[in-house]
Amino acid sequence: MTFSGLVSQLLEIVLALAFAPLLTGWVNQWRAWLQNRSAPGLLQPYRLLHKLFNKDSVVAETASPIFRIAPYIVFACMALVCGIAPTLSTDLPLAPAADAIALVGLFALARVFISLAAMDIGTSFGTLGARREMLVGFLAEPALLMVLFSASLITQSTSLANIVESLAHAPFAIYPSLAVAGVAFTFVSLAENARIPVDNPATHLELTMIHEALILEYSGRHLALIEWAASLKLFAYSCIGLALFFPWGIANADTPLVMILAVPVLVAKLAVGGMLLALIETINAKMRLFRVPEFLATAFLLAVIALLVHVLLGA
Amino acid sequence: MEALLAQSINLFAAVLLVLAFAMIAQRRILTLIHLFTLQGASLVAATLVVAYLTGQHHLYYSAVITFVLKVVLIPILLHRVIQRLNVRWDVETLFNIPTTMLIGIVLVIFAFNLAAPIASLSASIAHGTLGIALACVLLSFLMMIVRAKAVPQVIGFLSMENGLFFAATAATSGMPMIVELGIAFDVLVGILILGVFMFQIREQFDSLDIRHLEKLKDE
Amino acid sequence: MEALLLVLTIPLVGGLLLAIWGDRPVGQDLNAAVSLLTLLAAGWLTSDIIRDGPLLVWGEWFFVDALNVFLVTLTAFVGFTTSLFSRPYMRVERDHGKMTPGRMRLFHSMYQLFNGMMLVALTTNNLGILWVAMEAATLTTVLLVSVYRTAASLEAAWKYFILCGVGIAQALFGTILLYMAAERAIGGGDSALLWTHLAAAKHLLDPGILSLAFVFLLLGYGTKVGLVPVHNWLPDAHAEGPTPISAVLSGLLLNVALYAVLRCKVLADGSLQNGLPGQMMIGFGLITVVTAAFFLSRQRDVKRMFAYSSIEHMGLMTFAFGIGGPVANFAGLLHMTVHALIKSAIFFAVGHAAQKAGSQLMDDIRGLLKVSPTVGWGLMLGSLAILGMPPFGVFASEFLILTTAMREVPWATPFLLVALGVAFAAIFSRVQPMVFGETSMRPLAHPPALLPVFIHLGLGLMLGLYIPPYLNDWYVQAARMIAGG
Repeated sequence: MTFSGLVSQLLEIVLALAFAPLLTGWVNQWRAWLQNRSAPGLLQPYRLLHKLFNKDSVVAETASPIFRIAPYIVFACMALVCGIAPTLSTDLPLAPAADAIALVGLFALARVFISLAAMDIGTSFGTLGARREMLVGFLAEPALLMVLFSASLITQSTSLANIVESLAHAPFAIYPSLAVAGVAFTFVSLAENARIPVDNPATHLELTMIHEALILEYSGRHLALIEWAASLKLFAYSCIGLALFFPWGIANADTPLVMILAVPVLVAKLAVGGMLLALIETINAKMRLFRVPEFLATAFLLAVIALLVHVLLGA
Repeated sequence: MEALLAQSINLFAAVLLVLAFAMIAQRRILTLIHLFTLQGASLVAATLVVAYLTGQHHLYYSAVITFVLKVVLIPILLHRVIQRLNVRWDVETLFNIPTTMLIGIVLVIFAFNLAAPIASLSASIAHGTLGIALACVLLSFLMMIVRAKAVPQVIGFLSMENGLFFAATAATSGMPMIVELGIAFDVLVGILILGVFMFQIREQFDSLDIRHLEKLKDE
Repeated sequence: MEALLLVLTIPLVGGLLLAIWGDRPVGQDLNAAVSLLTLLAAGWLTSDIIRDGPLLVWGEWFFVDALNVFLVTLTAFVGFTTSLFSRPYMRVERDHGKMTPGRMRLFHSMYQLFNGMMLVALTTNNLGILWVAMEAATLTTVLLVSVYRTAASLEAAWKYFILCGVGIAQALFGTILLYMAAERAIGGGDSALLWTHLAAAKHLLDPGILSLAFVFLLLGYGTKVGLVPVHNWLPDAHAEGPTPISAVLSGLLLNVALYAVLRCKVLADGSLQNGLPGQMMIGFGLITVVTAAFFLSRQRDVKRMFAYSSIEHMGLMTFAFGIGGPVANFAGLLHMTVHALIKSAIFFAVGHAAQKAGSQLMDDIRGLLKVSPTVGWGLMLGSLAILGMPPFGVFASEFLILTTAMREVPWATPFLLVALGVAFAAIFSRVQPMVFGETSMRPLAHPPALLPVFIHLGLGLMLGLYIPPYLNDWYVQAARMIAGG
């Protein structure tokens, strides 16, 4: 591990930590505009984090240590994901760890802890949220794996960095399987990041909420960490999606300078992606909870089709 | 550029397959018609690309016929039918989407296996897509089986025709023109007859539910 | 060549004329006249073929040889006698209020178009056109089946359309595969689907593609033949459509579909050289015969019962052609002829009987002999003939099929015998009270047209006793052609 590699790696994580709330703010702003509402400021997520960090954290009497450490674990998982996911460059010291399965494992770890913590207090909403979260997770994870596998079939590697590397620098070709997998990935991302049509992060409607039910008992710095982690998760998913399906402009060296050149490309891609996300959330309606399995089954199905198409067409 | 165009045929094939699945999973009749129109459009696009790459002029004509028939005429007819029958917002609830999808996947694997050994023997540039065409045919077949309403069944029938047409384009670079004309004519007459039937069925049963059509059985 | 032109154009022109005048009283006579002209033209064509041998005309798009000319004649003949039968039959239906002038027009026009499409399907050399004509024939019969617009007839027609639509789509896929094989072997273009070209190069066709293509073609056209398990449309369409249509469906359309299968089998056999197509046809045929025989015994509607009988006999023919070889093919062709004649005769008699009783349920039809001895005898003799009693032609063909089966596929013979026995018991026990029994029915206002019934039965009887030499020559030639010689 060279010094410049270390700097680049740190740069990537710091960028992710710094920019993730901005992406959330950007999406929220577009969502408000598209829905004819007056938008909150772009920096609203930062203000929220600032406010929450300055508040006291209230913990239920029945809470066990799991409840206290869960926010840190979740935050750490997401920060690590942002570190290993190919956001700016494919050639970083942590990149070899960016195996598709390891990545899904990190998401799963975070999910398990947040669900445990939600059940820990013993309130009905927490249990309810945990159950719903696990339902979504257990359907979304196989779909995500299938998406990553169909990408790795093309490049003969399960390492995200290698996949993105060979996709970005091979001569341009149309991969029907990737196109289908891209749609599946979009479905999974919507479900995993608690967006419409699966969940609405802006409401606390007890009949349908998933993410908000999980974190109902958190306050102060714990809540801040979880909100930040949620932003990081959205950021990570966006970056993985962009790297897999629109890999152009990503750096393949580990020098800070090259990486800084890759920043504007990433920012531009994220900006467009965020607008599209806001658009999807605006034109779709939240679906009833029992339709969610159908939605995720569709994602899984699409991923399977992608695999089959690849096997048949070899592309 | 040529290579990219050849790959785009594969892309259109994948789109056809995904649309076939989407039609199976779609409960709303109106969306079903939109999906069918899209399927027709991607079929036209695929045909045009094959025509350009192989220089087969008659494929241009068949692309035009397909466009007129499957993207313009039949969707308009279907829209008018559902408008006049007042089933525009009908939603079909009584079938299990995930199970149907799983059967669909099995069908796709079956079709791919069936087509794989012979696809490579085809002289056409798009021979790899024969399996997809067969899969589309079988999926439409499945759709006709699981649907209980008249309009979705008819759309399934038409989408099967799409799959067949794509097979003809993909595996053989187009059947002889006169045959294609004949097929197109048959499809058009068939859909007109079915359209008339729907009104008659509705008159008889006050519903377009095919489950009313289960009186004739062997005891 | 002029004869062929006439054979093909007369029904189509007739269909157009009847679309204008079919609702007038003269429409029925016009219908019969057009059919008669078609029959005369077919006779002319036949004599041409007997004299000059196979005919290949109009850019090789039409081809008439021993196999299809005999089917052309049969089609034109049964088409003519059915049009005679339909005159009094449809008049009664009109008096009962089931037919309006508009429906009469539709009926007559579609009847001619249906005949025309079958003749096109039979004479075309292009397998794509064959498919198109088959589909067009299906469309016309869908309209014919639903002509009463009752709930049951609509249901039957809808099922018929959807099932046959699916079936015929499989056949189209098979045709596409065939074309794909042809492109490889003899190059693409318009001539690659011409049967004569394919038959000349059949050993060049890729066996892998051809085996898959034949599966689809057999399933697809087999749907129209009425092979189990894709037969479900057939009993409904026969039972709910007008009786003349039941007669031509059973007598003609099923034959034309089987003819399509045979043409494809010749190609598949030539390419595969392993007898697989024959084995598949033996399998489907046997299942069809057995299943149909058992379903047959459970019917209460007389037209449904005879529809199942048609399925059974089509299965038997498929079985015979599956065995292959000159003798079995000869038997299959003979069976095709006599079945078409006798089954349509039975439907004529059944139609009159059902009109008298005002019901198609066998429990309601009693004592035909007392009301109308000719109808009663027609039904009785027809049933005996279709059950394979000597000296009718069915006996001869079934005897040949069974003896060949005993030699070639001995394991199948017991199944066949049991199925034929069950069918015999079922039909005979049902027909007997219908013909003899006590009744309170009254005679009809219009005298029934029984001439067609007895002409058909007479011909069936003749074929059982004596096959004219030129007919024999045809059968032998056609049998050799199907066997791939």
